[in-house]
Amino acid sequence: MMENSPVFKSGHTACAGCGQAIAARLVIEAAGPNTIVANNTGCLEVFTTKYPETAWGVPWIHSLFENSAAVASGIEAALIYLGKKDVTNMICQGGDGSSGDIGLQALSGMLERGHDILYVCYDNEAYMNTGVQRSGLTPFDTNTTTSPAGACSSGNVRPKKAMPEICNAHGIPYVATASAGFPQDLTRKVKKAISIKGPKYIQVHVPCPLGWRHETNQMLTVARLAVETGLYPLFEYENGILANRKQIVPKPVVEYLKSQGRFKHLLNNPEEIKKIQEIADHNIQKYNLKVEA
Amino acid sequence: MKEFVEGSHAIAEIIKACQPGVISAYPITPQTHIVEDLAQMVSNGELKAQVVNVESEHSAASVVLGGSATGVRVYTATSSQGLFYMQEVVFNIAGMRLPVVMTCANRAISAPINIWNDQQDSISLRDAGWIQIYAEDNQEAVDFHLIAYRLAEDKRVMLPVMVCMDGFILTHGMETVDVPEQEKVDKFLPKYNPLYKLDTAAPISMGLLADPDYYMEARFAIQETMKESLGYLSEVSSEFKSVFGRDYKDLLVEEYQTKDAEKVIVAMGSVCGTIKEVIDEQRAKGKKIGLLRIISFRPFPYARVYEALKDVSRIAVLDKSVSLGAYAPIAVEIKAAFYGKKKGPKVISSFVGGLGGRDITLESVYEVLRRLTAKEVNSDFIDLKPELLKEEYDGK
Repeated sequence: MMENSPVFKSGHTACAGCGQAIAARLVIEAAGPNTIVANNTGCLEVFTTKYPETAWGVPWIHSLFENSAAVASGIEAALIYLGKKDVTNMICQGGDGSSGDIGLQALSGMLERGHDILYVCYDNEAYMNTGVQRSGLTPFDTNTTTSPAGACSSGNVRPKKAMPEICNAHGIPYVATASAGFPQDLTRKVKKAISIKGPKYIQVHVPCPLGWRHETNQMLTVARLAVETGLYPLFEYENGILANRKQIVPKPVVEYLKSQGRFKHLLNNPEEIKKIQEIADHNIQKYNLKVEA
Repeated sequence: MKEFVEGSHAIAEIIKACQPGVISAYPITPQTHIVEDLAQMVSNGELKAQVVNVESEHSAASVVLGGSATGVRVYTATSSQGLFYMQEVVFNIAGMRLPVVMTCANRAISAPINIWNDQQDSISLRDAGWIQIYAEDNQEAVDFHLIAYRLAEDKRVMLPVMVCMDGFILTHGMETVDVPEQEKVDKFLPKYNPLYKLDTAAPISMGLLADPDYYMEARFAIQETMKESLGYLSEVSSEFKSVFGRDYKDLLVEEYQTKDAEKVIVAMGSVCGTIKEVIDEQRAKGKKIGLLRIISFRPFPYARVYEALKDVSRIAVLDKSVSLGAYAPIAVEIKAAFYGKKKGPKVISSFVGGLGGRDITLESVYEVLRRLTAKEVNSDFIDLKPELLKEEYDGK
């Protein structure tokens, strides 16, 4: 059990077992009270700040769905003008849809301009706040409400958008992936990112029991399986170089797929499972994930 | 100090004097010269501001939103498609009660794509919760920006202000302008002292979700402030006069030869200079013609319009924008000002002209007066070219 946090208070309205709620708390606790947060529209915004209540113990602002990177840029510019930037951390955050789809332009602008801001993308792999619609970060073959599996489809036809690589291509000093299933790793990465000047991007894999269709008490297990199969590799880029990765003894992807209802339609389809195994194998090779014997 | 300068440069000069801490804009003709000049001033060390060169107008508006929420005076400028692209943020800024000041270099809307002047852009955002004031010339454009900051940051107001100036005609026009001295600007415009701000020393949350139990009151509050701002505009105008000597009266409308007028043209922006010339010519011939110039379009001064025009027999409203499928935007307001009232004109005819930069000439204004007959017309386009209207769909 975690004690009530002064920067992220209990009593918010997140669903039971929400990976994003836990990750968001870990992020802000790692950053500390001298932090300002700009938040895109999405689950996190809705469940933490329903007027007249707020879960946030740090200065926090929400403007629109896709513009937190630009709002944060303005806050950072104002802090520089006021001479307060050196003593204030700036975090902006959103879900996978608001970061990688509708907000990609604002995020790209923020990264390119070199603002001293940490961007945190909570990746639950679909538009959960509106009812589990497919996003650009929805994995291949996922059953969502707008990429439903059916007689003629195995679900989402496209692979997951490579957002960490896209961010890394901006030439920024720090890019990392993390997972709600590995809290200490997430905390370490946030602290590291905060210590680096310039734009930083951390993408945190956060299970959504409602959208992924798993039991609420299975959140950590599901999150860990994504990493342990190679489907969600944890790595760090520093100044464009792959500096660190979490090594695994790879488990077969079917272990992960069978843990969630969103992949249930694949379980009797070895051909599709093979394609997903290939995605994991590719990750394992690309990021050199396998524990050396 | 009086200078013979381009309108855009004069605007940059007054913005510099207002000393915003964050400036953000995305290039769009005909707004560009303003932000280019400001960037140069910052580069030269004449202005201590953070310039954020963003990747879109949506982000330009978002950056100034963030800067303003942090308690810093901010500035942006845009036009046409740029204003439309930032529309979502424009509404958001007003809803969050942030005192942002923006220049709209008025320009036509695509399609067809057209970079020249009309007022369709800002008029289309009339419901956004921004105070909108329209300049006739560059002296006004300069003074209105200074007034805009004073008004926006007034604790009783806390709403954004859009200063609208006709693209090219004013932004690129050379005029002699008296740009207020820094000392006087400082006297008129105190340092921005925000009511609320993002500050780690006193954390607050901004931009919360308001459910049906709370939403309406937030919108109602803006509506009330807008109505009250009619009086604040006059108040600020009179203080402006006491410091700078220039008198914009109530800053709601300008009455030009309306007292005994039988016919009055109602218009907004730079076209009023042309209309005044026609009125002078007609007055010299003994014809009782006047102009009512709308300065504040939001809030709209219904009572002032009624007072100014209640004894006039015929009114011609000349809009430089159109509400496709309905009465023209200014005309709607003028008609509304007289609805259910005892007195009022027999005829309120509405004309649309100057779209996409078509010149409204002296002859155009005479044409409006000729068409202002006993028979009321609505959204009657002037200066159309009949030869361009011949092509017809043959039904196949």
